[in-house]
Amino acid sequence: MLAITPPEALAPATGRLAVEGLSVAYRGVPVLTDVTWSAPLSGLTAIVGPNGAGKSTLIKAILGLVPSTGRVTIGGQSVAAMRDATAYVPQRATVDWDFPATALDVVLQGMVREPGWFRGYGRARRERALALLDRVGLADLAGRQIGQMSGGQQQRVFLARGLARNAAILFLDEPLAGVDAASERIILDVFDALDRDGRLVVCVHHDLGTVSERFADVLVLNKTVIAAGPVPEAFTPQNLARAYGVPLTV
Amino acid sequence: MDAVLAQLFAVVTFQAGFNTTVVMLGAAALGCAAGAAGTFAMLRRRALVSDAVAHGTLPGIAAAFLLAALLGRAPREAGWLMGGAGIAALVSLLAIEWLGRRPRVGHDTATAAVLAAGFGLGLALMSVVQTLAIGRQAGLESLLFGSAAGMLPGEAQMMAGLALLVLVVIALLLKEFSAVAFDPDFAATVGLPVARLDALVALVCAVVVVAALPIAGFVLAVALVVIPPAAARFWSDRAGTVVAIAAAIGSVSAFAGAALSAVLKDTPTGPAIVLVAALLFTLSLVFGRARGLLRSAA
Repeated sequence: MLAITPPEALAPATGRLAVEGLSVAYRGVPVLTDVTWSAPLSGLTAIVGPNGAGKSTLIKAILGLVPSTGRVTIGGQSVAAMRDATAYVPQRATVDWDFPATALDVVLQGMVREPGWFRGYGRARRERALALLDRVGLADLAGRQIGQMSGGQQQRVFLARGLARNAAILFLDEPLAGVDAASERIILDVFDALDRDGRLVVCVHHDLGTVSERFADVLVLNKTVIAAGPVPEAFTPQNLARAYGVPLTV
Repeated sequence: MDAVLAQLFAVVTFQAGFNTTVVMLGAAALGCAAGAAGTFAMLRRRALVSDAVAHGTLPGIAAAFLLAALLGRAPREAGWLMGGAGIAALVSLLAIEWLGRRPRVGHDTATAAVLAAGFGLGLALMSVVQTLAIGRQAGLESLLFGSAAGMLPGEAQMMAGLALLVLVVIALLLKEFSAVAFDPDFAATVGLPVARLDALVALVCAVVVVAALPIAGFVLAVALVVIPPAAARFWSDRAGTVVAIAAAIGSVSAFAGAALSAVLKDTPTGPAIVLVAALLFTLSLVFGRARGLLRSAA
């Protein structure tokens, strides 16, 4: 089922994601301070750090969802100008799953700007959305109300909506938190396919024990950058101890 | 009783005179628009904004009445009062949006504050109106409690025109409104102007509420925006379908309420409309195909 050719074309090369001196404060309390990070051009990157380290906030700030100071660029251009190079897969808990929408409706929202204003999605996009649901193993549930799916299935619907953006860079906030084994397998397979396509996957990840086997690069964060780079170099016990404040073995 | 039924039949089959027919069609169009617009306010969890706007029209109505009296004009001309209501509604809406964006206030607090402040100011101005001996205040009363009987064909046509405008806006922006209501953060990353779309939904609801004042009154106009979407939600799990059903329920409520009030002489239109809507809500709650009580029990 997962071997199906991806319904979207290869992403165009967009250049490197670079964060320079990014700071965020909520009500005067600093959440992120002077984050400078040059992301890899492609591949799977994990953002790890303790609770309250600002991992989700970093993604939101990069995407312009929270006010920040500093500079974020993709290939030298502002993120606002490069919006269609990005896709966001938020945490599942951020939306109301009682909303009157089917899985297919939600995936179509990833294409909401494609037809232009005042027009419907059209048949071709519906078929593309269906193919994306098939890619995450949910073709049978396309017509189901989203609240009547398991947490793992909901996460896969969100992933399919992100894939519908056909973006070069995907930002995912805890996509593997609380999902069942089958969903996890499917999500990781999609990650591998994105990696082979030459896309960049930036993923907030909570499970330190699986970082080395699943990700090539890592950003260790605790309100600012503790370490960043290929996993063998940056994901060291010393760096983790500095981030978490306690000695950790991985 | 037979006479009442015969009269009701005459009213709903448009044989009760031109004026009544125009008013009823206007009411149906308005109910339709209110149901559709209210669906997105409900899905975005901002239904209360319409209530704040409705209460916020009271100082506008009272001030317009006083101004008209001061200038020696006939305050019962609905143009004055509706104009005052419209301006006050817009001011309330802007106040809610501006306050709601302050980080320390929040949208729900801003809404409640504007509702209370607008209503308080309105009551104060109304007490001034009542101390002045300005003839009968019939025009005022119809805006406060709603009256289909007192409506002029011109007002009914304006109501229908606004309703049509609202329906067109919603039909054209269905996919954008749905995306923003479900996940505003994601919609923003895709590049949709979330704040402007939110403001448009609020504006459309405010237009409906102000247009509904002459027929439903300022306290109950909001019911047309709130009850039909809530009832429609029991019937479908698709946003587009919920919009259509809410429009139908709103339409039937306003039409039937106006008809009842035209027949039962002492029944104001606003309460009649709300009672019909409440009845349809109860039926939906029990029998709704998607999430009614019978369905959940089965």
